[in-house]
Amino acid sequence: MSLQHYLVISSILFSLGIFAVLTRKNAISILMGIELILNSCNLNFVAFSRFVTPAETIVGSEVFRFDGQIIAIFGIVLAAAEAAVFLAIILAIYREFGSIRPDEVDTLKG
Amino acid sequence: MEPLKNIESLAYFSPEILLVVFAAAVIIADLLVKNRESELVAYISLAGLGCSLVAILITNSLINSNEPIPLFFGMIRLDGFAVFFKILLLLATTATILFSLRSEELDVKLKGEYYALLLAVTFGMFLMASSTNLLMIFISLETVSLTSYILAGFLTHSPRSSEAAFKYITYGAVASGTMLFGLSMIFGMAGTGDLSQISLQIASVLESGGVSTLSVLIAITFILAGIGYKIASVPFHMWSPDVYEGAPIPITAFLSVASKAAGFALFLRFFHVGFGKPEILQSIDWGFILAIVSALTMTVGNLAALPQRNVKRLLAYSSIAHGGYLLMGAVLLTPEGLGAIFFYLIVYLFMNLGAFYVVVLIANEAGTEMIDGYRGLATRAPLVAGAMAIFLFSLTGIPPLAGFFGKWVLFYAVIGEGLYWLAFIGLLNSVVSLYYYARIVKAMYFETSEDTNGLSFSTGTFALLSVFAIPTIFIGLLNIFYTFSDKITLQ
Repeated sequence: MSLQHYLVISSILFSLGIFAVLTRKNAISILMGIELILNSCNLNFVAFSRFVTPAETIVGSEVFRFDGQIIAIFGIVLAAAEAAVFLAIILAIYREFGSIRPDEVDTLKG
Repeated sequence: MEPLKNIESLAYFSPEILLVVFAAAVIIADLLVKNRESELVAYISLAGLGCSLVAILITNSLINSNEPIPLFFGMIRLDGFAVFFKILLLLATTATILFSLRSEELDVKLKGEYYALLLAVTFGMFLMASSTNLLMIFISLETVSLTSYILAGFLTHSPRSSEAAFKYITYGAVASGTMLFGLSMIFGMAGTGDLSQISLQIASVLESGGVSTLSVLIAITFILAGIGYKIASVPFHMWSPDVYEGAPIPITAFLSVASKAAGFALFLRFFHVGFGKPEILQSIDWGFILAIVSALTMTVGNLAALPQRNVKRLLAYSSIAHGGYLLMGAVLLTPEGLGAIFFYLIVYLFMNLGAFYVVVLIANEAGTEMIDGYRGLATRAPLVAGAMAIFLFSLTGIPPLAGFFGKWVLFYAVIGEGLYWLAFIGLLNSVVSLYYYARIVKAMYFETSEDTNGLSFSTGTFALLSVFAIPTIFIGLLNIFYTFSDKITLQ
């Protein structure tokens, strides 16, 4: 597989995520869309790190740099933290409004 | 200068370490103190901010103004720019804690978490002001965002607050996800996460034809979504009025000043360090794109503020407009533009926090956030009304108040670069803004309310009010702030 394959997949994932966020009528589905976006970014980072950053030769053997993989790990951690906060806020919303549909949670306007 | 290794960096990292230590101390103290009315945790966090300020001043004396120190293998950088923003953010957090002590909205049971989160968000903002690596930029931005979401929804059993947090996180998560996608594209093009190398790498791949200008443009537009959402610039400003209206007032004040300042710190460093090379700027006319965003931001902010009846929401739109004015300075990518932004941020800190403090006081005493609640304030609480009038006129930019000089410096820098149309739009916007600020002044001085009882405030309240009002009058007249903000450079 070449770099292009990974980039096409991650672009599709990203677009699906944005599509889900824009069209879904349920807060949980929106959260799933956001997770898709974050995962497409992680895929991008790992693919770029594998294909673009040059391998260094240390003591005769080729060693790859792992910058992108490290960023992806941080990305996964932050996505988990974000999901936790998002779910907590969805709970608070459900308690106050009895619904988790974004179009029903709309009292602040103007 | 060679980047310092982890252990060597710790000494220069002491302001941030102190904030984390005190955040942990706040949580432990909250567990030990039985009395829920006790304000011990607030004083511990104030002490933490004080210690951090001392540490910032000490680390500042260690750096040479011309040579920034890269820490932690070049992940963050300690320079005059970072020190300036750290002090500004500390002042904003201190003011927020003092407001929170006086605010009656907050739940006394959750004090420990509240102050620990405030220290944590300040920590994240410190990192935002000093990060020079794509990974660090994203982590610091997310640290600030996640804690801000919780703080915005901190009022339990308030539907408005929960809704604010919900809207904030929905917009915020998408914006930061989009930004991360842009960062990954930049990482792919440059093959490195280090901002200062990115500018060289991108310039060379653009020259060799390995990457098209369009893809750089797309990547930076994606990144602008994340940064633009933090500074609430059009078209990423939609969240801000709703969040500002629903969040607790001290948090609204904090978000409108500190979050915006940290966003600008990130924005300036990203563009000046990462894309400051003329080769990159030549192929894409960034100045023009940002100038249009700036003009739109201030116009939309000011026009939307006109019909508002809720003072918090009005100040939210006004802070969008002020983000637009600040962007005028960012458009230039020149040292004059930078100096103007620094000076305007100092001014904005005092006048905007002061205005929000009056909103806290009126919400406590009169129990309302609507403009109608400000009727007859001149007779009921003359000093508070006078201070509010000073803040509002300063926000408009009427001489001799600080806001006028802040705008003067900004417009001067913009005209110096030949962007006359942008300065003209800024001027028109200032005139428009007089209308809605003056509506509050009119309600205070020329309208009467049925309730004519005088409102009584403590001496501490007046002392804090004068801490904001006196600088708002005098900052513009003192030379030291101009020379101070001109001295800070960004390499």
